[in-house]
Amino acid sequence: MIAIVDYGVGNLFSLRSSFAYIGADAEVTNDPKLIQKAERIVLPGVGAFRDAAIKIRESGLVDVLNEEVRGGKPLLGICLGMQMLLTRSYEYGEYDGLDYIHGNVKPIAPVIGEGLKIPHIGWNALHFPKGRAKSALFKYIKENDCVYFVHSYYAADCEEAVIATAEYGAELTAAVEKGNVYGTQFHPEKSGEVGLNILKAFCEI
Amino acid sequence: MITKRIIPCLDVRDGRVVKGVNFTGLNDVSSPVKLAKFYSENGADELVFYDITASAEGRKLFTDILCQVAETIFIPLTVGGGINTTDDFDRVLKCGADKVSVNSGAIADPSLIERAAKMYGDQCVVLSVDIKRVDGKFCVFAKGGRENTGMDAIEWIKRGVGSGAGEIVVNSINTDGVKNGFDLEMLDAVCKVVSVPVIASGGAGCIDHFKTLFHTLPAVDAGLAASIFHFGEVQINDLKRELADDGIIVRL
Repeated sequence: MIAIVDYGVGNLFSLRSSFAYIGADAEVTNDPKLIQKAERIVLPGVGAFRDAAIKIRESGLVDVLNEEVRGGKPLLGICLGMQMLLTRSYEYGEYDGLDYIHGNVKPIAPVIGEGLKIPHIGWNALHFPKGRAKSALFKYIKENDCVYFVHSYYAADCEEAVIATAEYGAELTAAVEKGNVYGTQFHPEKSGEVGLNILKAFCEI
Repeated sequence: MITKRIIPCLDVRDGRVVKGVNFTGLNDVSSPVKLAKFYSENGADELVFYDITASAEGRKLFTDILCQVAETIFIPLTVGGGINTTDDFDRVLKCGADKVSVNSGAIADPSLIERAAKMYGDQCVVLSVDIKRVDGKFCVFAKGGRENTGMDAIEWIKRGVGSGAGEIVVNSINTDGVKNGFDLEMLDAVCKVVSVPVIASGGAGCIDHFKTLFHTLPAVDAGLAASIFHFGEVQINDLKRELADDGIIVRL
């Protein structure tokens, strides 16, 4: 069973439907016992970092997440949920993330240059860093496969945790991985067949 | 690089997809769920659902269909029609919509844009504007293109973006249903004043119209159409392959 963590941020309908579509048993939950019982955890999120950071702490789920991640359970953060995995965010102030992966959430505006629209919204191609093995998350995915992005902030300073990038005036982090913790800036549940294949690969990790 | 998006639009009334010419003379085309699945499997980058029902029963039916569509397709889904309050946003977002398009509701109460953007984020709020030339001026029309509000379209769009609209759909009443190409002059005027994505709507009749659109106006992010896709006159996959051959970046 996959636990989709419900901490009051974002719409979980599509995510649940996506897992159902690929035949995976997924439950939307805020019950620590179910999160402990689950084989995998998905951390979703839409909106502003500050609200999400407050809500996840208020939900009382941080301890169980820390415990399960330390125990080696695969965790996938999506969009804002991926940004939550990092050390700190600089979106409208400074807020601490869960710090599973070293990195900072910063605005894309200063790095993408003039003339590009913000947010970075739409389908963009995935690129894998050269000279390293492709992540298990992308075992069904090819270089240049397109996925759906909607974001104005990005995962900076993640260094070797970066497993995919997208070109938008700069090389923006598209996905990260460290040990059993994975994150995608894009929405696999909105990325058609490519996205479903990424979720399928996560279910096989 | 980010790709240009091709978006089929489905007008839904009483649970069925319909498409008008110049907004009148609607006729039945197909089942929303079947059509949505077909498009999502055949190259559509996003889907737009407009609820053109007036009755409460029709609205309930639309909401049910929306849930079915959202369970079936895994590409971004925008919903519009009858969105007058943040409760309406809530209703369709809970059914699996990703973005909500406002039109007459925002004209009646412009604060809707800002309130919705604060609750759900700018990326969630799409401002759809029906525009027609009146005495050489771009005017905003309300109520499905039937009522001239007298408002200047460019000023209205600027104000909408300032309030938090994350995307603009420019629907030219002058070219809608005529199938003679997009309204490039109108789109250019809009692109010049906004920094958020602009979606062109109204006038697509063949593949060349999309080529002209993206070549002439690189600032346009997406092309939206209905009847040419519904009636199979243009297959989205063929369209995107031809765009790619012509040097326009699309998702294949």
